[in-house]
Amino acid sequence: MSRLLVVSIGPASSVQDGGRPGSQRYGLTPSGAMDRLALAAANCLVGNELFAAGIEIGPFGASFTARDGAVRVAISGAPRNADVGGRSVALESSVTLKDGETLTLGFARGGAFSYLAIEGAIKGEAVFGSLAVNARAGLGSPYPRPLQAGDEFSVDAASGAPERRIELPKAAHGPIRVVLGPQDDEFDEANKALFLNSDWKISATSDRMGYRLEGPVIKHLHGHNIVSDGTVNGSIQLPGNGAPIVLMMDRGTSGGYPKIATVVTSDFGRFAQTSAGTPFRFKAISMAEAQDEARKFAKLLHSLPDRLRSTDTVALNIEALQDANVAGHAVNAVDAATWHGHAEP
Amino acid sequence: MAATFSPPRLLPSGDSAITVEYSRSIDDDANQSVLALDRALTDAAIDGVTESVPTYRSLLVHYDPGKIGYEALGERLLALAGQPAPPTAKTRRWRVPVAYGGEHGVDLEDVAKALGTTPDDIVARHVAGDYRVAMIGFTPGWSYLSGLEKSLQMSRRQNPRLLTPAGTIAIGGIQTGIQCLAGPSGWHLLGRTAVRTYQLHRNPIFLTEPGDRVTFFAVDHKTFAEQDRAAEAGEIIAEQVAS
Repeated sequence: MSRLLVVSIGPASSVQDGGRPGSQRYGLTPSGAMDRLALAAANCLVGNELFAAGIEIGPFGASFTARDGAVRVAISGAPRNADVGGRSVALESSVTLKDGETLTLGFARGGAFSYLAIEGAIKGEAVFGSLAVNARAGLGSPYPRPLQAGDEFSVDAASGAPERRIELPKAAHGPIRVVLGPQDDEFDEANKALFLNSDWKISATSDRMGYRLEGPVIKHLHGHNIVSDGTVNGSIQLPGNGAPIVLMMDRGTSGGYPKIATVVTSDFGRFAQTSAGTPFRFKAISMAEAQDEARKFAKLLHSLPDRLRSTDTVALNIEALQDANVAGHAVNAVDAATWHGHAEP
Repeated sequence: MAATFSPPRLLPSGDSAITVEYSRSIDDDANQSVLALDRALTDAAIDGVTESVPTYRSLLVHYDPGKIGYEALGERLLALAGQPAPPTAKTRRWRVPVAYGGEHGVDLEDVAKALGTTPDDIVARHVAGDYRVAMIGFTPGWSYLSGLEKSLQMSRRQNPRLLTPAGTIAIGGIQTGIQCLAGPSGWHLLGRTAVRTYQLHRNPIFLTEPGDRVTFFAVDHKTFAEQDRAAEAGEIIAEQVAS
């Protein structure tokens, strides 16, 4: 066994996996990774199950040191600088830390969460089949709380498997797609239009429970109280102040504010990665289209192993090069951290 | 079931869940229909349905759109809702001890004043109630109970408290409830119970289920302290009685 020591880590970092659905009727929220595609890609790179437990790292920097042997890891998600002993490491690729080596991650640039997967996955005591941290319910393993410097994981020694990179689809831009309802009839047409046609920003007070949005005030037709009703990931609630709250992975399982719309499954991870202060819009799509996109997204997740490539062959990021030409400055097309946005279908 | 069947409304909750809504208000008949549909759905074992979450007035059905689409599942749900309700599994009845007033029920005196009576009378009325777990929500084990008698119904606090203790027994609007974990609340705090409706590393982890019946009985604060220690060690404390 090797060990991985958390040398430094910012707030909003915790062990997450595919979550623990199945007990929402008892008030237990599923939790799990905010960006499932990014977690799955990182796991895939080190040969783990797609939704094995990894480390979800918030927007701030972090560093990890291998002890008692080598540790093989992979980083995916929000673009940020990564280096091992001063040597730059590409995102969306695996890297082996030799005994005593330190992986240093910078602040997220244009995103919120990165995922560190460890070959063999994080080990701990699963509750309802999950190690995901839900701090409010005292759940999560090996630490049932956000991570802090000094925490340590017992991990498998690196297998010596060749390093891999993964080719994810080109980053999607454009509005965050939603399906209206279940309580869109609590708003008149003008306020629904205001919701759909305005620029929104995610407030700095957001967390894994909910993202608070800043923008125009959305007015209710009949007041802001409804009898508590079930919630889902991506439910967009409108409390009395008219400022939407998008419910995220640590949401309450029920809520008493009208829900105007729901972020679609295929866009949830991209939405979760929106940086505080970056303007974005919503777009309503039909149920048929949303379900088609959800099926495509599931297909993408399960095709990740087919997208693995050897790190020996370097592919240039043509888009990054072209962008660089327009902007008139140099860019490292081999370093995924310099690419624009976060890859999603 | 009501004599004439009025179908529930199907509302989309994103691309992977349907809200089956029976009522827009807190309504015991609607809640019975919700729990009946929940049982029927469990029996039907529809491929693609991953879990269901009953609330006062609606059933939230989570599903995998890779296995079943919105229209097809909606039709199945309406068909199940239109059939006679499957029999209730044997109703479980819990007797829950409560230490009323003092530091454990800081609002008891004010509630009594507001309702023009004495704290003892409020306690007597609260323990006389026969409640049903209408839903569990928000945080693990938080049991929302229906059946609060009219004379105890009062609006929530103007300013919700940011932190109320684990085990709080409170009233708010037309409801009473057992709040398992410490957290914010705008309800009026009458007392505290040592019963953990959610406790990790205990079997069962969750004590109450929607449809269970609950009655309260008063214990003194010394008994609460003893029960609280026993509960911490994993004892269930609540008495299950035959219904």
